[in-house]
This record gives sequence, C-alpha cells and structure tokens, in this order.
Amino acid sequence: MNRTNQIYLLKRIVTATVSLFIVSTAVFAITQILPGNAATVILGNEATEEAVKEIEAQLGLNRPLWQQYIDYMIGLLTLNFGISLTSQQPVMSMVWPRFIRTLQLAMVTMGMTVITAIPLGVIAAKERDSKIDYLITTSTYLGMSVPSFVTATLLLLVFTTGPFGFLPSGGYTPISQNVIEWLQRIFLPALSLTVIVMAYVLRQTRSSMIETLESKYIRTARLKGVGESKVLFNHALRNGLLPTVTVLAINFGWLMGAVVIVEEIFRYPGIGELIVIAIRNRDLPVIQAGVLIPSAAFIFANLTADIVYTWLDPRITMGDQ
Amino acid sequence: MTTKENNWRANRQFWTQKALNLVFANPKVTIGLAIIAPTIVLSIIGSEFTSHGPLETNPADRLQGPSGQYLLGTDHLGRDILSRIFLGARTTLLIGFGSTALAVLLGVPIGLIAGYFKGTTDEILMRIMDIVMSIPTLLLGLLILVALSSSTTNLIMAIGIVFTPRLARVTRSVTLSESKQSYVLAAKARGESHLYIMFREILPNVTSPIVIESSTRVGYAIMVGASLSFLGLGSGPPYPDWGYMVSVAREHMYSSPWILLWPCLALLLVIMATNILGDGLKDALDEKNFQ
Repeated sequence: MNRTNQIYLLKRIVTATVSLFIVSTAVFAITQILPGNAATVILGNEATEEAVKEIEAQLGLNRPLWQQYIDYMIGLLTLNFGISLTSQQPVMSMVWPRFIRTLQLAMVTMGMTVITAIPLGVIAAKERDSKIDYLITTSTYLGMSVPSFVTATLLLLVFTTGPFGFLPSGGYTPISQNVIEWLQRIFLPALSLTVIVMAYVLRQTRSSMIETLESKYIRTARLKGVGESKVLFNHALRNGLLPTVTVLAINFGWLMGAVVIVEEIFRYPGIGELIVIAIRNRDLPVIQAGVLIPSAAFIFANLTADIVYTWLDPRITMGDQ
Repeated sequence: MTTKENNWRANRQFWTQKALNLVFANPKVTIGLAIIAPTIVLSIIGSEFTSHGPLETNPADRLQGPSGQYLLGTDHLGRDILSRIFLGARTTLLIGFGSTALAVLLGVPIGLIAGYFKGTTDEILMRIMDIVMSIPTLLLGLLILVALSSSTTNLIMAIGIVFTPRLARVTRSVTLSESKQSYVLAAKARGESHLYIMFREILPNVTSPIVIESSTRVGYAIMVGASLSFLGLGSGPPYPDWGYMVSVAREHMYSSPWILLWPCLALLLVIMATNILGDGLKDALDEKNFQ
C-alpha cells in the first residue's frame, strides 16, 4: 500500500467517525420531537401531574436539553443507551443479542447472494445477448421491483402451509443449539431478502464483467493464445468483480433497513422486530439504539468495502477521483 | 400572426415531436407507459365502473373468491377487491410520484448550489447529504415518520427527504462540469446574478440526468412507501395504499390467499413498469437522441 492510499484510508476513517457522530446527533434531534413524552409512555395517559414530574426527574428529562444531549453522547461512547422505558432493562442488553441475530440473517443473505448472483452475472456477461442472458436480465427486473414484504409474505404462504409447507413459519433457534433447526428458521427470511439483493448484485456483476471482457488487456491475453477459461478466471474475474464489492456494501445498508419488515413477518427476534415493538410503545432509548446500531454497521461496511477495494486492486490510487 | 406566436407554435411542434420520439423510439419506454398511464386513469375513475364501490360492505359475501359479481373476490368485510385496488392505486401512485417530486424540489437546488459555488459550500452540503445517506433508507423513513406521526402527507415528506441526497449528488456532478462551459463564463461576464445563472442557464442543460435519476426513483419510492404503510406508518383508511392492504390481508391469508395476492401483484406490476420506463428513459436520453 503506497502513501497516498494510506492517507486516503486515514481520511476515510476520520470521515466515518465524523458521520457516526453526526448521525447520533441527528437521531437524538429527531427523537426529541417525538409526540408523547417518555413519562406518559411509562404511566399511561391518566397519570397525575405529580407522578409524571417524579418520573421525569428520575429519568433526568426535566434537565436542559443540552445536558441531556451531553449525557446521551457520553453514554454512546461507553455503549450505554440508557434504560428501556417499557421493560426497565438496559437497552444495550436488549439490543445487542438481537443485533447479532440480525447480522446472522444479513450474512446468510449475503452468502446466498454471492454464490448465486456472481456466477449468474458472469454467465450473462459471457453469453451476452444470448437467450440465457436475456432470461437472466429480464428476471432481475422482477427482483428489483418486488418489495421485501411481498417476497416474505408469499414465501411464508407457500412454504409453511399446504403441499410445500415443510418449513417452520418463523422464530429462531441458536446455532449452538441445533444447526439444522437454525438453518431451517433462517432460510426463508434470508431467501426473501436474497431474491431482491441478488438482482442488484447480478446486474452490477454483468455490466462490469462485460466492460472488463471488452478491455484491451483481455484482448491481448486472448491474442497471446490464453485459453478462454483461463482468461475468465485468471484475468477478468479479479477486475470485473471489483465494483461488485461496493454494491455488496450498499446492499448491506439496504438489508439493515429491510430486516425490519422481514423479521416482523417471520417473527425473527432480531433488531428489526425490536424496532417495530419499540415504535408501538414509543420506547425512545430503544428506538435510538435500534436505528443507530444498524446505521453504524452500514458506515462500517462502507469503510470495509473501501479498504477491500484498495487491497484487491493495488493499481488504484484512491482519493483522487 | 406575430413572430412570438409563430415561435410558440414551432416550439410546441418541436417538443411534441421530441416527446413522441421518446415514447415510441424505445420499446422500454413504450411498455412502461403502456402500464403506468392506464393505472393512473384507473386510479382516478376505475371505481366508477366496478359493480360495487370500494367502501361498500356486504357481510354476507365476505372472503369470496373471484366471481362474475366480484371480479377479484371480496375482502374480510365483503368489499369488492377490484375497486379497492383502484382506490389503493391512488394513494400508492401519489406517494411514489409525490415523494419523488419533493426529492427533486429539494435535491436539485442543493446540487446546483453545491456544484456552482464549489469549495466550502460544496463540501458542507455534500457531507450533509452523505450523512443522510448513511442511515439505511427504511430506518430513516421510519424515524422521520415516528417523529411526524403517520399519515400519507408525512409519508411523502419522509420519503422525499430520504431521496433528496441522491438527486442532489447527481445534480451536483453534472453542474460541476457544466459550470466550466463557456456559456456560463459568458453569463458571469455579462454580470448575471448567481440565481439566474444556476436556474436559467445551467438547469436547462442538466435536465436529462435529473429526469433519469428521478424516473428510476419513482419505483423505489413506491416500494419504500408501501413498506412503511405495511408497517402501519403510512396511509390507513379511508385511503389505504396497496402496502396497507397487504398488511390487512395477511390476517386472512391462510383462508383466502387471493386478497393477499392482488395488491402484491398490483405493486409488482406498477413498480416493474416504472423501473422499465426509467431504464428506457436512461437509454433514450443517454444516447443523446433527445437533445
């Protein structure tokens, strides 16, 4: 890695940290204008004024806003998101195990996407304008046009009841407890997301592979008499798949949002299901953590993609685009 | 006939010709419009032609399959699904086009200002846009809606805000290259105001990328809107959209799957049509056929 790249990566890390800081501030600001305050959430609407005041003093909500903000930010630095308004548990202890389950769902989705979309994209690029290519590209329109709640509900309907109903309709089994059952329960939610992510990754893979296969160095390799499969695997793939890395990172961000829907439908106890519950209960600290942690994960995924990009392609000097 | 009138006529002919070329030159544009245009018409007047109104309940006929009387069957209150699909199209399309329009209205000026003034202004505006984009789309929409309370108007606002950075980015990048052109330098030399240069000189020359970006956004906006409605954060009765209809239908999906199927299919068809249209516009405008 040369010096320019080092500086670039350092800059990226600083930017990511600043974004994280500002996103936290934004989440704090947005949750401040939430209708209905925390005390009434705990006590219900018929609470007496004194009781409300007492709870507000307990939660520190009667202090000036800037003080609440500073406390909130200091809390974040120590990964302390406060106490849930409804369950009275520390938010971190509720959110973290769920976030790990959501990450499992995201990883399985990404894994299924990579092993299906990349080969199909490469085939479509190689057989450009053939019937296979046409079939693959047309089906990506379908994947790009279907909302996640539609794929999830339809898969739930087809594979949990009736003649094909051989899968459980939801829930979660820890992987340490029973791997088969874990897989059975995670498969449908992951598939509902894969169908969609696949379309984007496939299109990107196809178009960047086409571009690579038409480039001069590939022509040179062919003219030198390198075999077609060697051209593909040794020369074209590494460069052709570079943009796919970025698309995977972007789709990871999409996944962090889409899990809300899919987890709700399959009753998968991840962070998305928790957000829906927290919104219903107006549980402020949980909503804050539920939005912040996935956003942080997305920022981190983008940073990782950039690092992987420079690492995969030493020719690229980043930062001067 | 005055020259002005003549000019106007020639202009109108010119634009009609261009529009016709665009619609028929590219099959993707034709297919997309062939689906979207009738949907818009049916969303407005469709309910007039169905045997039962969208709000008319017939408890005796609840959860029926498709029949001659109810072409797509009935829901859990015995309402005609076909006319409810037409009713739902209204809100669904309104959310898709409305939020995209809002994103254009907010994003294009931001992009123009950032690309035209460059330097610190550009840096600050684009960093803000980056930050908005670093919150996953659905989560940001969710957060805004929770803060604003759920309604169709707020849903449009939320999605409009979420999509603003993407339009700002596209506009900025084309404005950056466009503002180096000699016509902009000439306008500056003439002493035109910044506002005039941005909106009267640069904007007309950067419409193609903006049209392309916003047309690809519409389908996505419909999808996000339907997802948020599905979670109960958007339009509910009396003007439900298709996302809300799916969430209601889920309670009865095991006994009568078709109530679920129709709004799903409708969403799929309309989103696909907008995506194909967007793709077609991209091909057509990128080829510079339309300049």
